[in-house]
Amino acid sequence: MSTMHVDIVSAEGEIYSGEAEQVVAPARMGDVGIKPRHAALLTALRPGEVRVQLPNEGEELFFYVTGGILEVQPHVVTVLADSALHGDQLDEEAADKARQAAEAAMAGATEKSDIAEAQEQLIEARARFRAAQKLKGKR
Amino acid sequence: MAGAKEIRTKIGSVKNTQKITKAMEMVAASKMRRTQQRMAEAKPYAQKIRGVIGHLFQANPDYRHPFLEEREVKRVGYIVITSDRGLCGGLNVNVFRKLLADLRGWNEKGVETDLCLIGAKGVQFFRRLKVNVVGAASHLGEDPHLAELLGAIQVMLDAYSEGKVDRVFLVHNEFVNTMTQSPTIDTLLPVEPLDKDELTEYWDYIYEPDATELLDIVLMRYIESQVYRGTVENVACEMAAKMVAMKAATDNAGKMIDQLQLDYNKARQAAITQELSEIVSGAAAV
Repeated sequence: MSTMHVDIVSAEGEIYSGEAEQVVAPARMGDVGIKPRHAALLTALRPGEVRVQLPNEGEELFFYVTGGILEVQPHVVTVLADSALHGDQLDEEAADKARQAAEAAMAGATEKSDIAEAQEQLIEARARFRAAQKLKGKR
Repeated sequence: MAGAKEIRTKIGSVKNTQKITKAMEMVAASKMRRTQQRMAEAKPYAQKIRGVIGHLFQANPDYRHPFLEEREVKRVGYIVITSDRGLCGGLNVNVFRKLLADLRGWNEKGVETDLCLIGAKGVQFFRRLKVNVVGAASHLGEDPHLAELLGAIQVMLDAYSEGKVDRVFLVHNEFVNTMTQSPTIDTLLPVEPLDKDELTEYWDYIYEPDATELLDIVLMRYIESQVYRGTVENVACEMAAKMVAMKAATDNAGKMIDQLQLDYNKARQAAITQELSEIVSGAAAV
């Protein structure tokens, strides 16, 4: 049986590279199964599982992707996996955060120093410790 | 013997400093190897996505995406990547110098500029200057993740889509080799299309949902991957520059110790000679 080459890459590194008999990916319009010599296809992925069936005795590998793009050429399948969650709301939130960081930084004194950060962590750790102690007492 | 004692204390303190710089050098060297590897890992994604864009562009020549369109320049945006920490030689200063020259150039043409700063050093530097900063992200550490950069990227993409800026540049250090890092300014938007010669035969994808929507996603991911690669490369540069700077500091400390040791020996010898001559003259008097 013929095989095809599968690459799963994300911006932060290569995840998998090897031969496969079949790939099943969660495309935006529904799961797609790709066999060797599939027509060239380009589709967006939704969060889900990419299944890669290896040539020997139907062994399967599973990869979770948070989204991305699937590119299919007759003998090469490439999954360009996202390394971060995307979504209009999430993206906008992140952008707002960056804008606020800029304002805070330009205002001067409010920029987080290492000490301020350490103190914050200390306060959080203390609060957690206290909460844990309370729980212990109840039991 | 007072002079000799002071020199001895001084030698001790320089030796301690040397130990610290030596340790920092070794830490930077080991981190550099890791960051270089991360840099290499980011490459395949960028290449693959670049290929897909090239193809999409060839197959749909009539579709004009705003990210691909050259506009008249009235305002430009810069995404500036700097390190979070100092003690890495002239790494950040070189970037600032190059960037400031560029900003002055735009200023003379009457073009306004927006900056988006990634890295604490950039934030510190531009706080003192009268520049328009629209976004910032700092304290990403040695292992930056794309998720932490998204906000800063999104700010610029939004500004570009809304027509607030007409061009976006990415400023970072390029890793040439361990000894050399050169500041570079790349055009991020509009995306430069690939050469037409690269397409040898015509074929097209089946698109799902449709080509324009996919092009949108692909272009976004491409820009994100470019900024991520720049950030990772800058970290590798930081480590290399730090290693070199700390090596120089260690060598200088060594030279200083040699010189001080010489001074110490001289001072000790002088003290002995003086004592001897006192004894001799004392004996002569009796």
